[in-house]
Amino acid sequence: MTSDVLIARLIDLIGDRIEAHASELTELDQAIGDGDHGDNMRRGFKAVSGEKEALANMPFGEALKKAGMTLVMNVGGASGPLYGSAFMAMGKSAEAMPGSRVEAARLLEAGIEAVKSRGKSDVGAKTMLDALVPVLKSIEAGADIAAVRKAADAAVEATKPMLATKGRAAFLGERSIGHIDPGARSSALIVHAVCDALEEK
Amino acid sequence: MTDKVSIVIVSHSSEVAKGAADMVRQMVGDDVAIASCGGNSEGGLGTDVAAIMQAIDAVWSPKGVAVLVDLGGAETNSEMAIELLGPDKAKQIVICNAPVVEGAVMAATEAAGGSDLEAVRQTAEDFKA
Repeated sequence: MTSDVLIARLIDLIGDRIEAHASELTELDQAIGDGDHGDNMRRGFKAVSGEKEALANMPFGEALKKAGMTLVMNVGGASGPLYGSAFMAMGKSAEAMPGSRVEAARLLEAGIEAVKSRGKSDVGAKTMLDALVPVLKSIEAGADIAAVRKAADAAVEATKPMLATKGRAAFLGERSIGHIDPGARSSALIVHAVCDALEEK
Repeated sequence: MTDKVSIVIVSHSSEVAKGAADMVRQMVGDDVAIASCGGNSEGGLGTDVAAIMQAIDAVWSPKGVAVLVDLGGAETNSEMAIELLGPDKAKQIVICNAPVVEGAVMAATEAAGGSDLEAVRQTAEDFKA
């Protein structure tokens, strides 16, 4: 697969997943956040979709950086800088499309580090990191695509009993327990969309 | 260009941001430049990085800018906006860990007296209801 084809597929498939699950994200966010995660993500990725042609014609790293900036400027919630910084950092870490498992893992790791630093957070705080870090670990451990999907879903489910200590959900204290984290869910949706893109022949 | 620390108020709601700025102006007068911004890029509830950058630029002061934010996304988006304004300006901007309305009033009162950015931040953050 060439870089331009992969970029276009990623944009379509991530956009579709977010669109299809926007209400679900908003419902999850209404339980423990401010109820705008679905709308915010939809607005952000729609803006990225609007730039699909230009992005597909850019080098892989540049396209990631540009898409990240578009998310920053359009999402409107904390997820804008968080996802935006992740994409920008991934774009900075790799000029070209990853060609191996190790390169793919390094790319994701760069994104995760950016989320940690932007969100001043780490695993265990009931955030998107609780989906992304287990996914990275599964990739590093040699998981195939189906196993990566499973790792993402299991990680999302594992946020349910967690106590939120970051973001809006932290205001709820113990009342945040028992709900899936919307950011972990949206991260898993993106992971699934990336898996879709890699599976398509 | 002002010779005092300026204030930027960032809320999820443009009405909250504007209302808070109006209160500050009424209480401390026009000596301190105040900008407000709220709402996402479509005008709904949320915050907009580009609008925050514009608000900071609109009241830019060599003495610095103190930013008051309401909830999580306002803070994260403000941090992003400050970073995108570049390291030179970023050194002169602080986000105050204070309630948006009370913090803005306290910060502006301190700024009106000619205090530096760190003093303005301290005063806003020392506020206890």
